[in-house]
Amino acid sequence: MMATMEPEARRLFGTLPVQDEQTTARLHARLAAAADREGILDVAYRTVDTPLGTLLLAATKQGLVRIAYPSQGHDAALAQLAELVSPRILRAPGRLDGVTRQLDEYFARRRRAFDLPLDLRLARGFRRGVLAHLLDIPYGITESYAQVAAATGSPRAVRAVGTACATNPVPIVVPCHRVVRSDGSFGGYAGGPDAKLALLTLEAA
Amino acid sequence: MADYGPMVLRVCRAVVGPGEAEDAWSETFLAALKAYPRLDQGANVEAWLVTIAHRKAIDAVRAAARRPLAVESLPERPGGAGRPQDWDGDLWAALAALPPKQRAVVAYHYLAGLPYAEVAAITGGTADAARRAAADGIKTLRATYLARTREGDGR
Repeated sequence: MMATMEPEARRLFGTLPVQDEQTTARLHARLAAAADREGILDVAYRTVDTPLGTLLLAATKQGLVRIAYPSQGHDAALAQLAELVSPRILRAPGRLDGVTRQLDEYFARRRRAFDLPLDLRLARGFRRGVLAHLLDIPYGITESYAQVAAATGSPRAVRAVGTACATNPVPIVVPCHRVVRSDGSFGGYAGGPDAKLALLTLEAA
Repeated sequence: MADYGPMVLRVCRAVVGPGEAEDAWSETFLAALKAYPRLDQGANVEAWLVTIAHRKAIDAVRAAARRPLAVESLPERPGGAGRPQDWDGDLWAALAALPPKQRAVVAYHYLAGLPYAEVAAITGGTADAARRAAADGIKTLRATYLARTREGDGR
């Protein structure tokens, strides 16, 4: 950005740091609070460290809208939210306190069901219907892709159920990890096979 | 948009001074957040943010002029947040002593990295006039600030 700066100006301003992280972070927090007060914070996000890596959590005013695994790319997830929901996105942990606490409890085996407002707008049509059914699969129980297809009234749509699970915008909370292959193998997972195995192991204990 | 936070903060510090900069920064981004959905997709976000910051700076300067007492020292920061030692007070003092137009073009060109054509679109006048004002500003800063730091450091 300052590649064209003459030597003299560089001597003048060269001592200024490019980043002033503490101040910037404090100002961002203040901005997020002000934006929230004015009703223009459309998407609040934060990251949280879990046994499955650092997750990105994002919420609209309606509820939890996105959980992204590291392998899915947090920047890509934020870019998708900017495009499909709103560009008014800020790091604002406050709105996600409840989600963070319930995830902590879940990973500590102190919670078996999530009680959170959800915003499933990133999933439409058939996929949305699949997610609604997934919410009814209890902790520690698995269903096959074919069973889910049958339960959503489209018994032949087994592959589409797989796609709905793979594109689940809020994995873990909408438990797509509880859907496995008919032969008992795990099948794919948005967060990778290791994450799916870890979640099923956690719930089996 | 958050990527531009540090750049806008430097610009605000230069144009309105460290004391008012944080308010100017907050107002700039709040205004930007409100207007963001109306911004053209291909627009230059840096120039757009600096344009908003420029308007906020003018507002801040007018508000300061209405205040009965000029604040000579920096307001205290709660909790020791920020790192004032990284923000050379002498440099801000030297910038503050420049005529407003020179201070603005120096900040928008050297701290925001905008080309003179963009700077001129924000401050008014031609690109050449902006370039000359920036050159004059740098010349003055060299005399006031660099001379002072050399004395101070004994270099």
